[in-house]
Amino acid sequence: MSERRSMKAKLGVNVFKPDKARHINIKPGREKDPRLKAAIYVCPAGLYSLNEQGEVELDIDGCLECGTCRIACGTEVLDWVYPEGESGVQYRFG
Amino acid sequence: MDKFDVIIVGAGLAGLSAAYILAQAGVEVVVVERGDYPGAKNVTGGRIYVNPVRRYLPDIWDSAPLERHVTSELVTMMSPDNSTTIRFRSEKFNRPPYQSYTVLRATFDRWLASKAEGEGAMLVTKNRVDDIITENGRVIGVVAAGEELGADVVIACDGVLSLTAEKAGLRKPGLPQHFAVGLKEVIELPRATLEDRFGLNGDEGMAQLFMGSLTRGRFGGGFLYTNKSSLSLGMVVGIKDLMETKPPVEVPDLLEEFKERPEIAPLIKGGEMVEYSAHVIPEGGMAGLTPLFADGLLVAGDAAGFSLNMGLTVRGMEFAIASGAMAARAVKEARERNDFSAASLACYQRYLEQSFVMQDFKTFKYAPHFLENPRLFNFYPQFAGEILEDLFTIGEGPKAKLSDTVRKRLSLGEAWRMAKDAWGGLKI
Repeated sequence: MSERRSMKAKLGVNVFKPDKARHINIKPGREKDPRLKAAIYVCPAGLYSLNEQGEVELDIDGCLECGTCRIACGTEVLDWVYPEGESGVQYRFG
Repeated sequence: MDKFDVIIVGAGLAGLSAAYILAQAGVEVVVVERGDYPGAKNVTGGRIYVNPVRRYLPDIWDSAPLERHVTSELVTMMSPDNSTTIRFRSEKFNRPPYQSYTVLRATFDRWLASKAEGEGAMLVTKNRVDDIITENGRVIGVVAAGEELGADVVIACDGVLSLTAEKAGLRKPGLPQHFAVGLKEVIELPRATLEDRFGLNGDEGMAQLFMGSLTRGRFGGGFLYTNKSSLSLGMVVGIKDLMETKPPVEVPDLLEEFKERPEIAPLIKGGEMVEYSAHVIPEGGMAGLTPLFADGLLVAGDAAGFSLNMGLTVRGMEFAIASGAMAARAVKEARERNDFSAASLACYQRYLEQSFVMQDFKTFKYAPHFLENPRLFNFYPQFAGEILEDLFTIGEGPKAKLSDTVRKRLSLGEAWRMAKDAWGGLKI
C-alpha cells in the first residue's frame, strides 16, 4: 500500500485551471442525507469524505468533472453544474 | 442577440462531425465548447472502430492522428489468485484499411475541429453554455458565458449528462443503473520498450479487456490499450454496482488494486503516469436513450445515450460521429423546408433507424441484461481458473482424469445454470 501514490499526488499530474466558483455544492441541510454517502465511494478523485459530525464534505479541488456524483447522489442533494470556461481540468491526453 | 443558422453545444465527436458536414454545405454553424480546446474535457477508454464511420466523414481519415491499429485482442478473466487470458492475433487486422485504432481524444478532437474550421465552421472555446433560450416551447438559442446566441436549430452534443437536453425537458438526471464510471491513467513508456514489452511490430497495437475480481465480481471490467508511446490503463464499473458493493469500496482503490496485480504491474513498470482522467459512460442500451429531437433541438452522441457495451466490444465514438453526421443531414433537410419544428426534424430519427446506430442498438438490446449477470464477473473467471489450475498442477499422488476435475468443480445445478447463461448469451 505504501507504494501507492496519494490521490492528491495522482491528481497533481493533471492540468487544472482554478475554478471561478465552486461548480458542485452540497445543498444546505443535506450534508447528512444518506444519498450523499455514495459519493464517498464512487468519486474517482476521492473528493468526498465524512467529517466528525457525520456530514459529507466535498473538497472540489481536483474534480475531474466526470459526473459520477451527480448520477449516484442525484440533484436533490447536489447543486451540480460544469465549471465555467477557462477553469477546471484540461485534459492533454484524454 | 447574434443569430446563427446552427449552434452546436460541445466540441466532441458528435458536435464536430455535425459542424464539419454543415460547414461543408455552407451552413453558418458555431460550436460552443467549455474546454480550453476541443478534447480538453473529453475522455475515451482508448479505441475507435473506423469501418462504420468512414463514409460519414469521407476523405479525412488518412490524416487522422490515430495511435496504433489493433492487431491483437486479449481477453482476461481474473480471479483473486489466478487469471485466464485468450490472446487473438489476426493478420486480417494488420492489413489496411485497418478496422480499429487506439486513440487519445485531446489530439484527435483538436484535429477534427481543425477540419471543421477548415470547412468554415466557427469554434468558440472557453465558453460554457449556461442555458437554452426558448420561445413558445421552441428552442431558439443558448446562453453562453452570459451572452445570448440565437439559432434556427441547436444540436446538443454536450456529452453523457447533457444538461442541454435536460434543460429542454427531453430527459431527467440519469439513473445509476444506466451509467458506468470509467477511470483511466495514461502511462508513458519509451516507444521501443512498449513495442518489446507487448510484442508489437511497428505501428501494431494491442487491446486487452479484463473481467472478474478486479470489479469485485460486479458489472464492469478493465482495459489496457497501447498508444504510440503510452498505455491507456483503466477500468469501468457500473455506478449502481459500485453503490451496492459490500463491503463498500472506494473506486480509486479498485484501480490501484488492479495496477498492483502481478499480471499488470510488470507491464507498466518504469512508466510515467502523465494523466489521470475519469468520465461517466452511458450503459443503458435502449432503455438509456433519450428522446432525440424537439422543436428547434437535436441530441447526438453520448448526450443521446449512444454507447453500447457488447461484452467484448465497447463502442461509443462511432455512434457519436454517425449521429452527429445524421443530425447535420437532418438540419440540411429541415433548412430546405425552412421548418425546424420537431415534426420536420424527426427525419433525424429515421436516418438513425436506417443506419448501424439504431440497428446495433436493436440487435444488441439484450446485451445490457445479459451483462447484468453477476456470474459473468465472479463464477466464470473463478471456474476457468480452477479447472486450468487443476490441469496444470502435478501433486504428490496420482493425477485425476479431466472428467473428474470438471465434475469436482461443477455440480449438476451449476451445469444447468451454465446452460441457461449460454442460452442468454446466444440471444445477443
